[in-house]
Amino acid sequence: MIKLSPKLMQKIAWGFTWAAGIISVLILVLIIGYVLAKGLPVISLEFLLTSPEGGLSGEGGIFSCIVATLWLIAITMAILIPLGIGAAIYLAEYAPDSKFTRLIRYSVDLLAGVPSIVFGLFGFAVFVMALHLSYSILAGALTLVCLLLPFLVRSAEEAIRTVPQEQREAALSLGATRWQTIVHVIMPAALPGIITGIILCVGGAVAESACLYVTMGGSAAMPTSLLSGGRTLAVHVFYLAMETNALDKALATGAVLIILIFIINLSTRWLSQRLQAKMSGGT
Amino acid sequence: MPRYFVDRLSRHTVSIFGIAAFLILVLIALFILKDSLPALKEVGLIDILFGAKWYPSHGSFGILTMLAGSVVTTLLALAIAVPLALGCAIFLAEVAPPRVRSITRPAVELLVGIPSVVYGLVGMIVLCPFIARLSGTGSGSSVLAAAIVLAIMVLPTITSISEDNLRAVPVHYKEGAFALGATHWQTIYHVLLPAARRGITAAVILGTGRAIGETMAMIMVIGNSPIFPTSIFGPARTLTGNIAVEIASATGIHESALFVTGLVLFILIMLINGIGLIAYRRRV
Amino acid sequence: MSKINKKGEIVYNRNRRRSFLLPLFILIVAALALAGCGGTTSSTITTGGSTTVQPLADKWAKAFEAQDPGIKVIVQGGGSSAGVKGCAQGTLDIGAASRELKSSETDQWPDLVVTHVAADGVAIVVHPSCSVTSLTLEEIRDIFAAGSNNTWTVLNREEGSGTREVFEKKVMADAEVASNAEFLPSNGAIKQKVASTANAIGYISLGYVDSSVKALSIGGIACSEANCLSGSYPVTRYLNFITKGEPAGQSGKFIDFCLGAKGQKIVEQEGYISVR
Repeated sequence: MIKLSPKLMQKIAWGFTWAAGIISVLILVLIIGYVLAKGLPVISLEFLLTSPEGGLSGEGGIFSCIVATLWLIAITMAILIPLGIGAAIYLAEYAPDSKFTRLIRYSVDLLAGVPSIVFGLFGFAVFVMALHLSYSILAGALTLVCLLLPFLVRSAEEAIRTVPQEQREAALSLGATRWQTIVHVIMPAALPGIITGIILCVGGAVAESACLYVTMGGSAAMPTSLLSGGRTLAVHVFYLAMETNALDKALATGAVLIILIFIINLSTRWLSQRLQAKMSGGT
Repeated sequence: MPRYFVDRLSRHTVSIFGIAAFLILVLIALFILKDSLPALKEVGLIDILFGAKWYPSHGSFGILTMLAGSVVTTLLALAIAVPLALGCAIFLAEVAPPRVRSITRPAVELLVGIPSVVYGLVGMIVLCPFIARLSGTGSGSSVLAAAIVLAIMVLPTITSISEDNLRAVPVHYKEGAFALGATHWQTIYHVLLPAARRGITAAVILGTGRAIGETMAMIMVIGNSPIFPTSIFGPARTLTGNIAVEIASATGIHESALFVTGLVLFILIMLINGIGLIAYRRRV
Repeated sequence: MSKINKKGEIVYNRNRRRSFLLPLFILIVAALALAGCGGTTSSTITTGGSTTVQPLADKWAKAFEAQDPGIKVIVQGGGSSAGVKGCAQGTLDIGAASRELKSSETDQWPDLVVTHVAADGVAIVVHPSCSVTSLTLEEIRDIFAAGSNNTWTVLNREEGSGTREVFEKKVMADAEVASNAEFLPSNGAIKQKVASTANAIGYISLGYVDSSVKALSIGGIACSEANCLSGSYPVTRYLNFITKGEPAGQSGKFIDFCLGAKGQKIVEQEGYISVR
């Protein structure tokens, strides 16, 4: 083997990393660009505000899917936020350094790695079948809570842990109970980090498809109650792509999803910048 | 008085919430195991795990082909994604001019959140017809299409975590290497990459988990045929796809066999995470 | 609310903090407002199962709701077995199946009642550019048993599909379709794939056939409504609604509507075959 000079080696390596960087960005820009370029022209107010008609031509818009997605997010968050933040408070503030605590932490980590379709299977067995919720938004939301819980617990716990110890001590020494300290001192300080975690969970709910495909039934009708089935935007993309000839509408729905994710991403970015400004002592 | 009452009450409430995460994991394992039992009893673990034929209406419940399908597509995807992601991470952390980085970094982060069905959709519309033309036969639904879609999906995840870990290497490591006369690339290759190895391993493990667990995008591009992935231009089926396509209509032993599929997937993920944990703990 | 920062100064930032909550608040309000739009207290019938019956059920549901605005009909897919299973286990009020009940199902759930609501043929479809126009049953069986190769890309339905059940019984004579066929989860998915793949061959409900695919004749007999009705086309079946016990109440009302003049006219409009 020929020994290359370090300078030449560096040139080759630089070429490779530049190529990797450019290829990665190019692929991703092309994909997003393709979906937006093909999808955006199809989007109109009518598309957004009519429900899918069913059938092979994929007539109609995505209104009922938007409504189902919003319902799902609202219910999921209503359960997930107290549960996730409560668990994070427990782990960060109360949990003793015991084997059991380590077990809980370990299960949170393991849960985060379990594939979404396994959660779907669980949701199907427990919520859809055993609890007789049938294919419904509620069953989907409960499944989604299980799926997203580890992510929220982790990010909320991290946010709580970054609050300086002195603040706790100051509050406690003023005679506050532990809970008062948590509510009035720790939570306000940790709030931006927690909200970033919540917004990321909303993003996860918007993007999720597999576990909802098997727990929500996929009816495109307008949901009328928590117990009616539904089809979220992401699942609708799947149905359009697989079962209809309306690939343009599938791309349009995909474009709506990308825009939503874009907004969610920007808002977390904005939040974390504010958080950094705050942490660096600015008012 | 009441504030102490509130204090105690809240403490107990959050303790219960904290235990919920643990309970959910136990419940998932229990329910999936419970619903797997009929098939495990009737068909037997060996016949399911090592059976090469899946034809439920004729009583064949072997999932070996799908296990192979999941593993092969994931490995192929990693073979494409890992070099690209590492190159990209080094590029972002060390090489790229700040202006380029300020555009690239948010773009990569944004892509982590894009729904997998969108990648599947583009794969179906653009990639599959292209592969069909390349191979000259079939519809293009193939292992290759699945691997490429997966690679693109996990690329941003591996890139952004690896970059974070490269940046987290203390700056005096780098300064030391430079002081010894190493070139920038030698520093990266001999100092930064080994120092960030644990984090990069974690990133790859995370990417592997995501690839194995991907469902809907796989159904869209892989063809779902329960056969061994012998050709990259031919179809195959993943464990995830097997569950999603059939669970709604399965009954009896067939339904239970799908829960076994889920159980295998669950154990597979635990194994991968376990390997990751060992790799992570080993001293560098 | 105020807090003490690292430097020990008291920081009042009530307004700033509230702005963090704003996006979340807006989201929840929007969701609830939209929910309110749809949230009437009408009673619902949930049907689901066969994707063959689904387009028909969609149209029936629309017409029925127009006639009886108090009742809402929700139509889901999933496949015939999902319809039978859903109905038996109570997740569906009416199960839709494009096949008859299997003996294992009648054994397990003896109280299921089947109502024929339409008839249908199973068309063997290829790409419009394909030169083949007619095959015999044996030829079709051989193609599906041999699986995908350079001549054909064979498409099959998932386990549990009623259309697959009928196809396996009447065409395959219980021989197996090769495992290397592509498996797709619905009539629509098969049709979409056939329309976009030059050498694909699959089977779909007659109601789904249109100009994007070509339906083959079997032994020279075209897959048409007339030939299905006369029985000369060999692959036909009934489309069924399944209920727990005799149809009664709202479900009974809906099934009566489907069987009535208006309902059966929709059957013909959608390309299926009336049972009257």
